[in-house]
Amino acid sequence: MDYTPHSNKEIKEMLSFLGIKFLKDLYNNIPDKIKQKKELKLPEPLSEIELLGRLKFISKKNISTDNRISFLGAGNYDHFIPSVVNYIISKPEFYTAYTPYQSELSQGILQSMFEYQTMMCELTGMDISNISLYDGATSVAEAANMAISINKKKKILISETIHPEYRQVLKTYMKPRKIEVFEIPMKEGITDKGQIKENLIDESSCLIIPQPNFFGNLEPIDEIFPILSGSNTLAIACVNPLSLALLKPPADFGADIVVGDGQILGNPQSFGGPSFGFLTCKKKYLRKTPGRIVGQTVDSAGNIGYVLTLQTREQHIRREKATSNICSNQSLNVLAACVYLSYVGRDGLYEIAELCYRNAHYLFQKLVAIKGINPTFNSKFFNEFVVYIDLDSTELKKILSKKGILGPICLEEWYPSLKKRYLFAVTEKRTKDEMDLLIDTLNKALKVK
Amino acid sequence: MNDRLIFQIPYLEKGKQILPTVPNEISSIEINIPDNLKRKKAPELPQISEPQLIRHYNKLSKKNFGVDTGFYPLGSCTMKYNPKINEEISRLENFVNIHPYQDEEDIQGALQLMYELDVLLCEITGMDKFTLQPSAGAHGELTGLFIIDAYHREKGNKRKNIIIPDSAHGTNPASVTMAGYNAVAVDSDENGKVDLKKLNELLDKETAGLMLTNPNTLGFFDENILKISKMVHDVGGLVYYDGANLNAIMGIAKPRDMGFDIVHLNLHKTFSTPHGGGGPGSGPIGVTKELSKFLTIPTVELNNKGRYYLDYDKKDSIGKVKAFYGNFNVLIKAYSYILSLGAKGLKRASQLAVLNANYLKKHLSKYYYLPYPEICMHEFVISAIWQKEKGIRALDIAKRLMDFGFHPPTIYFPLIINEAIMIEPTETENKETLDMFIKAMIQIAKEADENPEILKSAPHKTQIKRLDEVKAARDLILKYEYK
Repeated sequence: MDYTPHSNKEIKEMLSFLGIKFLKDLYNNIPDKIKQKKELKLPEPLSEIELLGRLKFISKKNISTDNRISFLGAGNYDHFIPSVVNYIISKPEFYTAYTPYQSELSQGILQSMFEYQTMMCELTGMDISNISLYDGATSVAEAANMAISINKKKKILISETIHPEYRQVLKTYMKPRKIEVFEIPMKEGITDKGQIKENLIDESSCLIIPQPNFFGNLEPIDEIFPILSGSNTLAIACVNPLSLALLKPPADFGADIVVGDGQILGNPQSFGGPSFGFLTCKKKYLRKTPGRIVGQTVDSAGNIGYVLTLQTREQHIRREKATSNICSNQSLNVLAACVYLSYVGRDGLYEIAELCYRNAHYLFQKLVAIKGINPTFNSKFFNEFVVYIDLDSTELKKILSKKGILGPICLEEWYPSLKKRYLFAVTEKRTKDEMDLLIDTLNKALKVK
Repeated sequence: MNDRLIFQIPYLEKGKQILPTVPNEISSIEINIPDNLKRKKAPELPQISEPQLIRHYNKLSKKNFGVDTGFYPLGSCTMKYNPKINEEISRLENFVNIHPYQDEEDIQGALQLMYELDVLLCEITGMDKFTLQPSAGAHGELTGLFIIDAYHREKGNKRKNIIIPDSAHGTNPASVTMAGYNAVAVDSDENGKVDLKKLNELLDKETAGLMLTNPNTLGFFDENILKISKMVHDVGGLVYYDGANLNAIMGIAKPRDMGFDIVHLNLHKTFSTPHGGGGPGSGPIGVTKELSKFLTIPTVELNNKGRYYLDYDKKDSIGKVKAFYGNFNVLIKAYSYILSLGAKGLKRASQLAVLNANYLKKHLSKYYYLPYPEICMHEFVISAIWQKEKGIRALDIAKRLMDFGFHPPTIYFPLIINEAIMIEPTETENKETLDMFIKAMIQIAKEADENPEILKSAPHKTQIKRLDEVKAARDLILKYEYK
């Protein structure tokens, strides 16, 4: 099956117009030494029927979280996605378009990105927003780059309580330029603010704090960011956007840049990608921001319209002096977020956040009442929490999977001191019955022990 | 006509019901957030009914142009048709609803797909191993440069420079800076290809590598490529392939056979996955066996029991460039595309992309200045300098094309051509469409002579007229201000 629309007659006419006989003559400029002598060794082409059959077969080797009860989180979540989201992002005018360089033919995407910028500024309390980076992890790295370019300091402070993979990405990004990534250790599951010493702050370009952190715990961001006041070290918060329905926006604590992952807002788990990274910041850093930004303007008839603006920051104009190399971003995922936020609305977002919170706390309270399960930290949390379960991870998995339960995540691999500590995520999709099944299962398993 | 912003639609006083009613034991749980962390004022989000929401976005979609709307000859972007079956496949429940930290036993299908896509891409490019982690072409470039850095660090080399042709994509030098190198531009020669003499002057012990697009951004295959890669290798550098233009040569020539050590591909260009209004894309990186130990973690492997697994045990790896494993949903579509076309289909796609480009080029060369006459690959660059004498710029021509129902080509790139118009028709357009485009371009050339005003004030038939970009950059209205 292929998608070329040419008839043989057309091909002949076109070749003869060019004064050549065969398609292969188009490649006379490629030296013979380089030209492939043999055809590619690929499987025989498939018809649509065969293709769909084959891919369905492969997909069925996966277990869908919809056929299980999932408590998996850690940066990727099983939230509800209203059907309007897929309906809108499946519109061909949106998903088959390129980056909106030609604004007169791209008002749809441009206006929705302008609306997105507004919503993200509302959520985070910041002045300006770009229209996406690749994901939460790269948004942390880009924010750090931004800080370095603002104050020229060569060290980054990041809390140990941020997602371990985000830290890994940051280190990969910083290593070639020999920028030190200093991890602020944690204490009781939150950033140990006593470790953020004055000399560290002086040397460092920025301090990156998650909210809530990787364990679901609420960081005392109201006490941490003020430590930076009086320095030119930038305060960067990496936030869960849903939690912002309940939590004060990072701007209120003096954040300079706010980043995070947007999967939660209307994008499926999709094995971890694509999602999108967001970045909002103070207006004074506008010209240092990475990625695309949409601005409002007028057309020659005086109608309001939208264009990509401040492109002089970007790689296609500024080349090696650009604020970032990003070109393709995650627009369609941003559109999903835009539709999601518009659909659930002000009250809906609050209600969803509230139910996530309540579900998680219901489960937590019931679990820690079981003998053999203890709270690990003493912190307030949002919709993820860590408990000690007196079972090793293989055993635990076996017991739970028999009941169709996925998760929790064992933390020992990332934090060796956290043996038998397990991370649960609870979304608005989990019902009381599902949680009771988990509680009951663990209760029985631990009693037998 | 202006469409109001979603914030200007009157809000409902109360939100719609989204959640089920929950048992009292849950709804009675108090939200106990410390007062100094608790939000006091709700974010101003829209609060509108579902029918209103749908109309709003429907209106917006009608003001957007995609490949499904019409011809989209945007040079360097490979705006080919996006097969619908691949969209359907990518939405299969067991692809959409899988979590990255599920047990390997539960995600064998996803791992198999990634493993097999790696093998397919290796065959197409001649490389030995791919990582599918990078999210876009530029992200792939950065990953490739991290690998170059790791390679030299292991060898104890302290090299500072990456050489890039002056015709290169802007992402190349921008990625070089992000990876801590200096971008050194090498001039193009009178045929638009790498000037070997100039290259020779730039190559030395400071050269970490060279990045090259081949066919290059002018649409020409650089036939000196073997010489170029040898010259770089001779000073100990690595040669990086920017795969943005692979669509011209699938099944014809492999980057590895040209001497490239590292290759990035744009699955959203060459392998038909949609551009999504700017993303998501996917920019896998392929390397030689020697460099494969530096690839990102985890890699997907197959053991001798036929089981796929994620391998994190790579001490020389550069680490990670993204959380989790890549833009999986995009990978599914590219995999499906390759399986649909097979070897013959991919080769035919490339051949017809090249045929279409040359057909357009020859027709247009009578009306527009053609800087380099030789046979092109999948795209070509013309210049509006003849029209510029009459006060018409490439921008005016681009805007006027909209009135004929076409998306404009890329303009003002590559930078080495004055008033550049870069046209890439792709293989999924037939002669009829190309002829209509030629006709439009001829008429525009005539209008430049006879009625230049119509070009300067174009577009005329779009819902919105020419937008003032200068005003946008001056006023900096970057969000809606609530009254």
